Amino acid sequence: MENVLGLVALAAGLIIGLGALGACIGIGIMGSKYLEAAARQPELMNELQTKMFLLAGLIDAAFLIGVGIAMLFAFANPFVLK
Amino acid sequence: MSASSGTALTAGDYIGHHLVHLQNKKQTTLIDFGVVNLDTIFWSVSLGMIGLFLMWRVAKSIHSGVPGRMQAAVEMLLEMVDSQAKGIVKNAESRKVVGPLALTVFVWIFLMNSMDFLPVDLFHTIFKYTGIDHNIEYFRVVPTADLSATLGMSCGVLLVCLFYNIKIKGFGGWVHELFSAPFGDKWFLYPVNFLMQMIEFAAKTVSHGLRLFGNMYAGELLFMLIALMGAVGFGSATGIFLFIGHILAGTGWAIFHILIVALQAFIFMMLTLVYVGQAHDHH
Repeated sequence: MENVLGLVALAAGLIIGLGALGACIGIGIMGSKYLEAAARQPELMNELQTKMFLLAGLIDAAFLIGVGIAMLFAFANPFVLK
Repeated sequence: MSASSGTALTAGDYIGHHLVHLQNKKQTTLIDFGVVNLDTIFWSVSLGMIGLFLMWRVAKSIHSGVPGRMQAAVEMLLEMVDSQAKGIVKNAESRKVVGPLALTVFVWIFLMNSMDFLPVDLFHTIFKYTGIDHNIEYFRVVPTADLSATLGMSCGVLLVCLFYNIKIKGFGGWVHELFSAPFGDKWFLYPVNFLMQMIEFAAKTVSHGLRLFGNMYAGELLFMLIALMGAVGFGSATGIFLFIGHILAGTGWAIFHILIVALQAFIFMMLTLVYVGQAHDHH
């Protein structure tokens, strides 16, 4: 029982941590590319901004799904029978 | 806290209590189509009605003079959706249906996501004071934080995609595409092509629904944790720091959540348009 709880806690940490790592790298790369593109062609800025926000949502989604699942494991643990 | 019994609740109990739907019967298996989440149905239908009513009222009172604030907002929204639809779905005939569909999806999901801004314990407290908390023990207000609602919507989009696939390419053409699309029209590639197409449809639909669900579910949980922090701080003597933290974190997360709410509604709308637009592509 305690063993399972500990493992699930570790798993929740890993889910959030690795997900945040990936999402941050993705957002960072996309943001830098957006700034480069906007500096090169400022007239495209508005159009690119819409697309950047769309992609930011797409990149964030996997991480936030992970956060949701990790929170579920932490508070309504399905692996430990009540 | 909405501890109806008055006994001390642990943090896990509090969160767990807030994560149970008002259901017609208890869910026993993972997939059970007999279970109906009554709170989700109630809020999604009434918010859909509110959205439709707002749009209808603006459309009825529209005039060509100087627009009021509401009319200007709706016009901006309409232009935004229309320009996105024009960019993605090239077929003008389909756009007559898909454009309004995208607008409806956006407004509806935006309203449903916005339910997250209500205080976590608002309805539990109302039920407690009106004395119906014996009948309604569990109640969740965010319909998009329910997997069955979001997957239902993404399955609806899948049906629209299938309809346009058949309408544009004809049934024969679509079946031909299913077996020959990604890799080429060779008999030994048919099984691989078909498998790829099925995986594509399934992945599109599941990720479409899960993306919205995951975002709203995580947001709702964080609001609950923040509420819990305030509740713990309220009970103890040294809890003033927790209470200040509760206000700061609550404000910060609520402001960030405004972005997420609008962004996820926008993304769901855009992906609806993209998937329907893909259904128009000939290979």
